[in-house]
Amino acid sequence: MAENNYLLDIQDLKLHFRTTKGTVQAVDGVNFQLKPNQAVVVVGESGCGKTSLAKAVLRLLPRNVEQYSGKVYLDDIETMALEDEDYRKRIRWVKMSLVPQAAMNSLNPVLRVGDQVAEPMMVHYGVKKEEAMQQAIKMFQHVGVPVDFINRYAFELSGGMRQRVALAMSLVTAPALVMLDEPTSALDVLTQANIFNLLKRIKSEMATSFVLITHDIATSSELADRVAVMYAGQIVEVSDAFHFFKEPRHPYSAKLMASVPKLRGTAEPDFITGQPPSLINPPTGCRFAARCPRRFAKCADEPPTVIIGEDLVKCWLYV
Amino acid sequence: MTPINKITQGNAPHKQADRKSTAGDQLLKINDLHVWFEMRKWGFRHAGFVRAVDGVTFNLRNNETIAIVGESGCGKTSLMRTILLLNRPTKGEVSFEGAAINNLKANDLKNYRSHVGYVQQDPYGAMPPFMNIQNILEEPLKINGVKDATERFNRVKKALEEVKMSPAEEFMAKFPHQLSGGQQQRVVIARAMIMEPQLLIADEPVSMLDASVRVEILKLLRGLQNKHNLGVIYITHDLSTVRYFSEQIFVMYAGQVVERGNVKQMLQNTKHPYTFALLEATSDPDANNAIIQKEVPPGEPPSLVNPPAGCRFHPRCPHVIQSLCEVEEPPEFEPEAGHRVKCWLLK
Repeated sequence: MAENNYLLDIQDLKLHFRTTKGTVQAVDGVNFQLKPNQAVVVVGESGCGKTSLAKAVLRLLPRNVEQYSGKVYLDDIETMALEDEDYRKRIRWVKMSLVPQAAMNSLNPVLRVGDQVAEPMMVHYGVKKEEAMQQAIKMFQHVGVPVDFINRYAFELSGGMRQRVALAMSLVTAPALVMLDEPTSALDVLTQANIFNLLKRIKSEMATSFVLITHDIATSSELADRVAVMYAGQIVEVSDAFHFFKEPRHPYSAKLMASVPKLRGTAEPDFITGQPPSLINPPTGCRFAARCPRRFAKCADEPPTVIIGEDLVKCWLYV
Repeated sequence: MTPINKITQGNAPHKQADRKSTAGDQLLKINDLHVWFEMRKWGFRHAGFVRAVDGVTFNLRNNETIAIVGESGCGKTSLMRTILLLNRPTKGEVSFEGAAINNLKANDLKNYRSHVGYVQQDPYGAMPPFMNIQNILEEPLKINGVKDATERFNRVKKALEEVKMSPAEEFMAKFPHQLSGGQQQRVVIARAMIMEPQLLIADEPVSMLDASVRVEILKLLRGLQNKHNLGVIYITHDLSTVRYFSEQIFVMYAGQVVERGNVKQMLQNTKHPYTFALLEATSDPDANNAIIQKEVPPGEPPSLVNPPAGCRFHPRCPHVIQSLCEVEEPPEFEPEAGHRVKCWLLK
């Protein structure tokens, strides 16, 4: 989609899983776009399909996939059309990498962290070990890990340092897009602030784009240029951050924002009654209707996606 | 239930009957508490102490919440485990309703624990996956000698209704994995409340939950507290929730309380540089956050084996006073009534 200058363009992406109880529609018709050097935050409650979305984009699929369809353009390459081997060589880690959930606990305990950071360079670019290690040292300096940690093992590092190592690993091949799945949810507040400072610096220095997946709305504002709200497998709103944090459009986004406890200001937080629907047999029509304070007759039908400027909202109120 | 003070040499005058009526009473008193863990080399040779809690003092009254805030490794959990008597204090005194509990044993200990409820951080990890909700909630009753099955059933039902899980009968037959995260945490709260304790210890009760249910659980705890006149110790690292659920805030750093006071004093008249840093690092949803870099103190919390001399925060402090902060440990200053700060800046 060169004419739009999108780095990532996802169109009607679906990922359904087969289980003994029926089909789980984890990602069900997701559309969104990301420009170069932008950060989009995907927020939603647990079980709404955020992580499945990341896995679907990166094609890290489990075995029980029932349906995997749609179009994903990355830098004008239609990645869904690529063969697995091609995808591995041309996309994964070369153009797009992932920092998985609880990344700090996913480091290999029997490898030195330096070797782990260097490995993607060797595997994906076929460079010699010495050269890859040079690159790893550069990345360590970039993410603020002392260079002499390069020969340490993961258990010798603190949580924040391990998270930085995981980040260095995802950045070592200089991909255009990095996906972060809950990068700070297990960290202390000060470490969390440090990691976000670092992400902001990397974004401006290396012109990297980010997709940040989180359920923590307050900290998500630390990086967001745009916010995508996910509910029951669908994206219900994509808005510019400045608009979203002031006045979210979708009733679900508004309730979600109202539930955030704030340190400053006097507003009492509220909570959303009820529970998200099961993804096995999601309700027809608007999936949020049962919990929505502003529902009306039309909500029994599937709401269309309304385009407002550059933003999207999937709600009958805006038709 | 035997009142705790009867069995512990009875050096306190309160009785079970007038406990509920005496609001504002001393419930838990901690005086200069130290919890040190010994380290050993080769299994026997002494190799120093981990000073997890180093001189903590506080009073908790009925119907009051103390929030203990700090990063991981600052000693919050050791403090909590000591109050539950899972660790023994190394030095200092812990007393519950006027009676010292440092050396409780066997039945006295069991009886004391029935007065203290404990809400764990990870609700799923805190419940045995092979027991249904009814069995989970009955367990404390069985342990504490409630032999009548109908009474147990009724109390379980009441406890579930109190945490707003109704119809209770329907939930009783379920297993933990069949409940959502918020419901699991409610069951854990029901279990903590089933012995009708006077003190509730909540260890990060909402950190594993979604933002949309966090506030709901905190409001539920608040409601239970008012109804049963509970003293609550709320342990957390998230400053944005303490405002809604506590009267007093204690900020811990490296085993010590560095600043304490009521919520208003702490949030509007912050004195300690570490509390400042914590407040600064806590985000509110605002798109401008993405543009600015936050000021975060460099480095990491010190080792509790060899904490820095003088003020323990001085290696990271932006306002360090040369040849004072790194030499002498600051005493507690009191800039306003009830607001105590362990920092030389207030000299």
